[in-house]
Amino acid sequence: MSWKKEFPIFDHLVQQHKSIVYLDNAATTHKPFSVIEREKWYYTEWNSNIHRANHHLAQVSTELFEDTREAVRAFIHANKREEIIFTRGTTESLNLLATSVLSLFSPGDNIILTWLEHHSNIVPWQVQAKLRGIEIRVAPISDEGFVEVEQLKELIDEKTRLISLTHVSNVLGTVQPIQEIVQFAHQHGILVAVDGAQAIAHLPVNVSELDCDFYAFSAHKMYGPTGVGVLYGKEKWLEMMPPYQYGGEMIDKVSFEETTYNELPYKFEAGTPNIAGVVAFKEAILFVQQLFEAGVVSHEEELLTFAFEELNQFPELIIYGTRSTKKRTSVISFNHPNMHAYDVGLLLDKMGVAVRTGHHCAQPLSKRLKADTGTVRLSLACYNEKEDILHFVEAFKKVQNMLL
Amino acid sequence: MSTLQERIQEIIDQFALFDDWMEKYSLIIDFSKKLPPLDERYKNPTYLIHGCQSQVWLAAELKDGKVYFFADSDAVITKGMVAILVYIFSGATPEEILNNDFSFIDQLGWREHLSPTRANGLNAMLKQIKMYALAFSTMKNK
Repeated sequence: MSWKKEFPIFDHLVQQHKSIVYLDNAATTHKPFSVIEREKWYYTEWNSNIHRANHHLAQVSTELFEDTREAVRAFIHANKREEIIFTRGTTESLNLLATSVLSLFSPGDNIILTWLEHHSNIVPWQVQAKLRGIEIRVAPISDEGFVEVEQLKELIDEKTRLISLTHVSNVLGTVQPIQEIVQFAHQHGILVAVDGAQAIAHLPVNVSELDCDFYAFSAHKMYGPTGVGVLYGKEKWLEMMPPYQYGGEMIDKVSFEETTYNELPYKFEAGTPNIAGVVAFKEAILFVQQLFEAGVVSHEEELLTFAFEELNQFPELIIYGTRSTKKRTSVISFNHPNMHAYDVGLLLDKMGVAVRTGHHCAQPLSKRLKADTGTVRLSLACYNEKEDILHFVEAFKKVQNMLL
Repeated sequence: MSTLQERIQEIIDQFALFDDWMEKYSLIIDFSKKLPPLDERYKNPTYLIHGCQSQVWLAAELKDGKVYFFADSDAVITKGMVAILVYIFSGATPEEILNNDFSFIDQLGWREHLSPTRANGLNAMLKQIKMYALAFSTMKNK
């Protein structure tokens, strides 16, 4: 099955005589026609601000905006639309969460992160924790790239309030045992927040089944527009949490002495959001739902297996994390002991192969992997084919010839 | 000893020989191999250039009124680029460097092959070379 034809950028690149093998999907995915058309359609036919105005355009815009909220709710199997907060992306979702939820905790409390985390799931916690006298503990990971659950359990005490961890590592692609961690955490009254940025397009996510308290992700990593993200939170926690930003739709009544806030989910949606982006995001959700039904998970697993087999021709490569494709999705990070990731990435780019090199916004993990100068990361999406991997392999051979 | 302008022209001519970017990169990689090893005393954070994705150390000494540059990088292509700059600017006086027209870089055809972050790294190297020249020039005039 080929999904490539749904993505106009590939045809465009061919017309420009640029054959680009795009293996940087963990950074952002390309957008299908349906998403692009929907955003254009919205601006062309309905553009107006949402929620407050009573005129027709505003009413339709509001309905379209709220339709996407319902689509997100159904997509991740949340109970209520009030539990879906629109943000600018995963990073903003985590900033919102860290700022707001930590204000409910007391000095001397602690929270737990892991060595796998993206900077966006470290720094917001770090900054807020410092301000509030809250301690951060870090759960170790195995060489295979999984959180050491038993050691994580040992970090917990009666002052532990929250665990925040990634669902899928953006460097290793390893799928973390969220359910097991949530079960244990809840036995101890500890909240669990999940960074789902790298999971959401690659495995079906069911927040009711995971039973996590919060789940954050971005539209742009699941074929949707940039500048749109989601924070899912259980209603009971979102009700308790104070707003994150102030002004616009999130306000109920204002005087100069006091302000009361709107109800969920608007309480957390200050200012005019990326309306067109949110409207178009619904198309991305429908697209990903179709992908899952059409078997994209096994397509990507096959590709990953194929990539591992092909990489076997380079026995000196250090490939990070488990090779079990049952426990990882869509991402491979590697290094060659005698080549700098930067040089590899630069030369691959010259040969039309787009990969990511460096720390992938996870410097502590680079350190843990002893990859101080970063890694070369290939990351797959639905439209990648075996021939993309073969192109990469051919290009990589030429890189070796130049650098070794 | 050649002049600064002669060395710049020499490098421009060498790169002009190749149309193919792969050959241009091979030339850069060749330069990386010719760069003398950097004295360990310079291989510390003081001499690291900020703004590069890979680590680049750049040091300078003033001898008989002329500046001599010393550099290294953990990435080969970066090392080759800095090696070319070291070759060009070593032996020039601080004033020659400060009065030099740096637009010659555009004639090498590097920038069109560099992503924005990488072009920033190149700019950071050039800036550091000018900073050394400025510092030496100020010292001399005191």
